[in-house]
Amino acid sequence: MTRRHVAVTGAGPAGLAAACAALAAGARVTLIDSAEQPGGQYHRMPPEASAGHPGGLRHGRDAFLRRRSRVLTHPRCTWLPETSVWALERTGPADGPPGAGSGAPPRVHLLCGGPADGSGRTRRTLDADALVLATGAHDRVLPFPGWELPGVCTAGAAQALVKGERLVVGDRVVVAGTGPFLLAVAASLLEAGAGVREVLEAGTFPTVGRNWLSRPWELAAQLGKTAELAGSAAALVRHRVPYRLGRTVVEARGDGRVEEVVTARLRPDWSVVDGTERTVPVDALCVGHGFSPRLELPLAAGCALRDTPAGAGAGPFVVVDGEQRTSVPGVFAAGEITGVAGAPAARVEGAVAGWTAAGGDHAVPALRVLRRSRDEGRAFARRLARAHPIGAGWPGWLRQDTVVCRCEETDYGTLCAAFGDAAQAAPRVARLSTRAGLGPCQARVCGPTVAELRARLGAGPAGHGTAAEPPGHTPHRRPLAQPLRLGELAAAPVPFGSPEETPDRSGGPKPPGAADRTTPSGPVAESPEAPSSPTDPSDPTDQR
Amino acid sequence: MDRTRVAVLGAGIIGAACARELALAGLDVTLLDRGGAGAATTSHGEGNVLVSDKGPGPELRLAQLSRRLWPEVLAAVAERSRAGRRAVEAAEWHPKGGIVVATTDAGARGLTEFSAAQRSTGVRAEELTADALRTAEPFVTAAHTAAVHYPEDAQVQPAGAAAALLTDACAAGAALRTGEEVLAGVVRGGRLTGVRTRDGLLEADLFVDAAGPWSGVLSARLGAPVAVAPRRGDVLVTTPLPPTVFHKVYDADYVGAVGSSEEELQTAAVVESTAAGSVLIGSSRRRAGFDDRLRPEALSAVAAKALRLFPSLAGVPVMRAYGGFRPYVPDHLPIIGADPRLPGLWHATGHEGAGIGLSVGTARLLRQLVLGEPTGVGSHAFRVDRPAVLAAPAPRQQEQPAASRRQEPQEAHEAQDPQEQGQEER
Repeated sequence: MTRRHVAVTGAGPAGLAAACAALAAGARVTLIDSAEQPGGQYHRMPPEASAGHPGGLRHGRDAFLRRRSRVLTHPRCTWLPETSVWALERTGPADGPPGAGSGAPPRVHLLCGGPADGSGRTRRTLDADALVLATGAHDRVLPFPGWELPGVCTAGAAQALVKGERLVVGDRVVVAGTGPFLLAVAASLLEAGAGVREVLEAGTFPTVGRNWLSRPWELAAQLGKTAELAGSAAALVRHRVPYRLGRTVVEARGDGRVEEVVTARLRPDWSVVDGTERTVPVDALCVGHGFSPRLELPLAAGCALRDTPAGAGAGPFVVVDGEQRTSVPGVFAAGEITGVAGAPAARVEGAVAGWTAAGGDHAVPALRVLRRSRDEGRAFARRLARAHPIGAGWPGWLRQDTVVCRCEETDYGTLCAAFGDAAQAAPRVARLSTRAGLGPCQARVCGPTVAELRARLGAGPAGHGTAAEPPGHTPHRRPLAQPLRLGELAAAPVPFGSPEETPDRSGGPKPPGAADRTTPSGPVAESPEAPSSPTDPSDPTDQR
Repeated sequence: MDRTRVAVLGAGIIGAACARELALAGLDVTLLDRGGAGAATTSHGEGNVLVSDKGPGPELRLAQLSRRLWPEVLAAVAERSRAGRRAVEAAEWHPKGGIVVATTDAGARGLTEFSAAQRSTGVRAEELTADALRTAEPFVTAAHTAAVHYPEDAQVQPAGAAAALLTDACAAGAALRTGEEVLAGVVRGGRLTGVRTRDGLLEADLFVDAAGPWSGVLSARLGAPVAVAPRRGDVLVTTPLPPTVFHKVYDADYVGAVGSSEEELQTAAVVESTAAGSVLIGSSRRRAGFDDRLRPEALSAVAAKALRLFPSLAGVPVMRAYGGFRPYVPDHLPIIGADPRLPGLWHATGHEGAGIGLSVGTARLLRQLVLGEPTGVGSHAFRVDRPAVLAAPAPRQQEQPAASRRQEPQEAHEAQDPQEQGQEER
């Protein structure tokens, strides 16, 4: 019997847990990430960091480092750092459902040996028996006048600077938007020595409060996440930073750089209460309105998505079953692409996905525990989405000349004109005529916003399209999941060949016969961690 | 209401151009599309307005007519309304000229003969010396064997061009209805008198099939199948660059790929800049039904061919790729005219990769045929009742339940004669 080969794309909390569980189940694993080190956005750290350092920035660093080292040094794991998945190639009959026929997952097309914007990388292909997608999310930001000014950054970018470079973004920072991530970012900023003036949650008390305070016993199941939030809130209190509900930044102003922001009180639908505007001098502004799942690869694989109700989170998300299987045979999904619930929930999903992808025994008791924990994570995701919906009134912040697509500097007025004209209202036609979404970020930032504006301006639902533009997929569809150089693309790919072949960039030594050393005897015997105890109890300080 | 009612089925660039001509001629025009206007094939191409890739014959005459009409039409659109003026700006008409480059001796011989034949029909085709080529395109490969400059070749932003024609059609009284798919035809007394959509019945005196690659499916639903099938193409888009490519530059293999009927992948390099500074790199041709899945090896082959023309582009990032479906007819000629099998039905389809450029000429020809005016170019070659269009049964794709289709053994398709295979897209 040959071992199953599981490819895992993304080495954040979900991907690392998937790799761990798949190894425990006896599979060969290829773990792929565009960064140099595993950890994803969540466990981001400066390049020189090799061990935990003091303070709350650690985020369960020690547990993570243990897990990382266990995966990377495992004889059956091939670690591909600085490797981008630029395409997934589906074979099989064109008119059948995705994955019909062989049951094998799509072929993975890789660029090895450089960062996502690198050059001179080697093009390779990988055919695995199962594919776990754990591509995560990036933060979502709604536009408002002045959001393109230097000094305005996403909450995620601010935290990445603090975590990854230990940079302090400013002395008078306002953090605004929606979601508990704002608290975490503010706490990180404070800890790094920044001065935070206030944290503004756009959600009003009835929405935020009701959903956080209802069924508190469910929150107990997400102890790590809840403790982390409490810790962040305590940091705000300690530094006397006000946290205001129902208020947000509706404009940023400054000469070449943000100098002041206008904040205003919001109604529950996020429309501005006139007369409540206040001007606040700042030297930096961090904004975040939840997260956008990174759906390029799930879409390329042909995975079915589920739409979320308007405003409820930044869906659509990937549809998965109880074992994290997507609608495509051989393809699994875990983490934020199935619903935004933070790192602990992502880890559990990853463990379930990795175990199942590896063909692990369904009957092991540990899996039942994991599934229950995963269901609690999903409940938490729903709670988050209910507590922090995007209010329908946000386009009221926009003016005709407000930039919506920052890459191409397309303003709101231009989009209104396009969507009001049936001759150019189709998503792709409007994209070509307004250029919104055609720039370097390829609509990753403005795509959901433009789709929502289009729907609101009466040009039809966001996904109204043709066979060439499947419904609902338009803003996230990117046949090239990553940019690549023309020369890299032109080169013939080198396949990762025979099942036992060791690729060039594998991590860890491979003693002869190592692959045969272990017999899959069950998750507990193989590894003390996954999936018997995938959520490390010493890891309570998880954010997002 | 005694005006003739016309329903144009398909609001891509062909439908938009036809709706415009017919509305300007005073007909009562409704333009119907199952998706959004210009959302499918029209907005997934490069915006070619070419005479250079066509040998002497009826299609070249239609291309020459179209090339003459384009500037006139755009000027008229800009004249008629303010919306039209904005739309024409967005169409990015750019008569930049094309340069065909051969990189082999055989290619050079072929190109020299081909361009000589074109010159005999009035096409401006100027052979370039190595120095002249370097002046025109400083970054083109030094390893070329011949180059011909076609000053008449032009480029548009195709979705913008379609929107401009559509804006003018609406200004002339045409009505646009999107999101309505034709499900069936209504035939009375042997004549097509209506089409059914999910929203009800649309009656008209004549119907124009302008459904591009979906014409095979549409015409079968109406009961008069024509042999139009999808032929997939892919285009790469780079990040914006400083000026690097100044004309539409393509390799001499392109003409061969356009004219081939191969089912399998054909590629040839077509390289050009857009107004935004991105370089568009095409093109591939593959007949695989409406298969929208990415084929990395097709993109790779396109990239490799482009680098043969422009080696210095090797380090340029490709930031996106898009694919579309060309309306393919086995004899590579469009279908323009009345359907003799079903009075009331007309066709304006099957332009393969040349529909953007040929749209305005096609619309002019269709108007002349509909109104019984003398035609400027011959229409006989484009008639509906020619063997390549009628020989095969209706495309079965989407017309049969999936279960029965799967039961058909693969070999049954492969055993059919090549012409018929053209219709049997899987």
